[in-house]
Amino acid sequence: MSLNILKNSIKKGRVTIPLSLSESVCLTDVEKMGQELKKLIHAKFRRSLHIREVDTGSCGACESEIIACSNPIYDIQRFGIDFVASPRHADALLVTGPVSKNMELALKKTYEAMPEPKFVITVGECATNGGLFRGSYYAHSGVKNILPVVLHIPGCPPSPAIIIIHLKLFIHNL
Amino acid sequence: MEYPNLLKEIIGGEKIAVIESSQPFKDELYLTVENGEFVRLCHLLHKRLNSAVKMFFAEDLRAKLDKYVLYCVFLNEQKRSWIIVQQDIHKDNPVFATLAKDIHSASLFEREIKEMFGIDPQGNPDGRRLKLHDEVWPRGFFPLRKDFSLPPEGPLAGLQYKFKRVEGEGIFEVPVGPVHAGIIGPGHFRFSVAGEPIINLEIRLGWTHKGVEKILEGKTVHEATKVFECISGDTAFGYSLAFCLSIEKAFGVSVPLRAQLLRVIFLELERMYNHANDIGGIALDVGFSFPAQFASLIKEAILQLNEKLCGSRYLKGINVVGGIQKDVDSVKQQLIQQALLKIKSDFISLEEMLFSSVSFMDRVDSTGILRTKTARDLGITGVAVRASGIGLDMRKNLHSIYDSLSFKVIKEQSGDVAARLKVRCNEVKESISIISQCLEKIHTCPSEFKQDAQEKEGFGIGCVEAWRGPVRVWSRINTQGKIERCKIVDPSFLNWEGLSFAVLGNIIPDFPLCNKSFDLSYSGNDL
Repeated sequence: MSLNILKNSIKKGRVTIPLSLSESVCLTDVEKMGQELKKLIHAKFRRSLHIREVDTGSCGACESEIIACSNPIYDIQRFGIDFVASPRHADALLVTGPVSKNMELALKKTYEAMPEPKFVITVGECATNGGLFRGSYYAHSGVKNILPVVLHIPGCPPSPAIIIIHLKLFIHNL
Repeated sequence: MEYPNLLKEIIGGEKIAVIESSQPFKDELYLTVENGEFVRLCHLLHKRLNSAVKMFFAEDLRAKLDKYVLYCVFLNEQKRSWIIVQQDIHKDNPVFATLAKDIHSASLFEREIKEMFGIDPQGNPDGRRLKLHDEVWPRGFFPLRKDFSLPPEGPLAGLQYKFKRVEGEGIFEVPVGPVHAGIIGPGHFRFSVAGEPIINLEIRLGWTHKGVEKILEGKTVHEATKVFECISGDTAFGYSLAFCLSIEKAFGVSVPLRAQLLRVIFLELERMYNHANDIGGIALDVGFSFPAQFASLIKEAILQLNEKLCGSRYLKGINVVGGIQKDVDSVKQQLIQQALLKIKSDFISLEEMLFSSVSFMDRVDSTGILRTKTARDLGITGVAVRASGIGLDMRKNLHSIYDSLSFKVIKEQSGDVAARLKVRCNEVKESISIISQCLEKIHTCPSEFKQDAQEKEGFGIGCVEAWRGPVRVWSRINTQGKIERCKIVDPSFLNWEGLSFAVLGNIIPDFPLCNKSFDLSYSGNDL
């Protein structure tokens, strides 16, 4: 079987499917942005940017898109971005969700566990101001009331292409 | 009081004092009984119908009627309908006798009623709160009461949650979470381990609780649909559909055939991309990354198809009360057809990769077994219950457009990770066939895809077999056309407990595998 897989992959070559055009972004954009992102990360972060993700009450759609950033089509890793398992290894904290009361302490502890220098990025509508859950008895209105946020990636959820483009623009201005 | 015939058939010779009965819809029978009879009738229905408690919730009617009302919902598989047992609770003495001693599936619902309404299930052995964590929420504040006000600002409540302790020589605990190593929702897992095997797993959830049911109160139907799409992001369509079905019942709207068929297509697309994601996840959790990446390509292909069809990768903004927002024209129908061919062949390759790998099958075979009896007692739903040999599927169990489509309910007997994997693989094939049938039918069906709805007072249950299992919604609309009360039950709500039984005797390194094979929602459970 493994021989079959090997044969298959040699025969087929690259299996990634070209990104289809959506209304706002297309593949060449992502490729171009990604290559620029790679150069920027090389220069400003000495080769790589490590990100730790924390869900503070999101619905799971943002997580799904963040995971999709690493699939063979977008493959954000080739631009120097990696999602790590521990805050101890992270340069940046990526936060989704409006911060439910239960998650407040865990979020703060995760942030404290990160080495300096560090910064916080938020993803999705709920993380800016609570989104649809604004005013709930059990949710804060966004991450910025709890941690210093330097970048927000809008969308409900933002697509992988949008995430890559926003990261590039942000690092460019850093 | 005359018994409704339906009830007579079920309870046979037993005598139950039913105060009032009504059947507002063909598939909903409401029975109000005396407090003393509530437990007895629920037991009878539970036994005779062989049904777990499907929903169990309270409503605060103190403002108008000076009482709370409890609703306990059972499924009558044979008649394809719901039976709802109702009990009034006095406003000054909010207690009721527990069902949980004999009907295990009622236990979690009772704990929820207790923390949200302050109505005490007397005799329930577990009084711990599920969602309002003791560390941050003081006692005595019940969010779903109508006269709820926020607890005063100040230091955190600081109480402690008591985990079950396993004692004995050589036993140690492994706490994991709420923040996990992967990109995933938060939950706390506490393993009690003796050597390698797990002897107890306690799952503490509620970390993503956002007060969804409270937020929904007072919203218009249109606003609420948006909220429903954000309850569990991977089931956005299933949730908005369940809500729309419940409102359509309340308003008495009949949905045009075309919209019904298109809803089926979207629901099955949602099932397919999530099943692809799960199958990939199972492969990834044993370190078999090639098929995992291959599965992520299938998922991405379906997400991109979704975007082309409706502008949203997660199928948001489609459902409206009375039908769907935008039609799917013949060009888009062709897109679906082409995509299906590709997805089908990709899925076959994916299956081949997985099932022909001996080392992979060795990891999934006989891992994380959920026995049929346990599954039934716990009230497990969806993929997990079908993998344990019980053919529960709301697409067959209720009347719907699915009656006009031919498909099989996929069942497996062994209840292990491999069984859940096979159920998913085979369900994808059924989904492909269902979508093809819908596309054929759409050609000959009238072009109308939305029926205008007249807002009015009412209530009703909406239930959809989403990819994880049945999403259940009960909602009541008031005279202003706003939501008065909305109860949501995610398929994960009872299934999480199934996971804690399935891992027993397995080793911790197999836990991610078991977890992924259930693939439960944090957000949907916590609401």
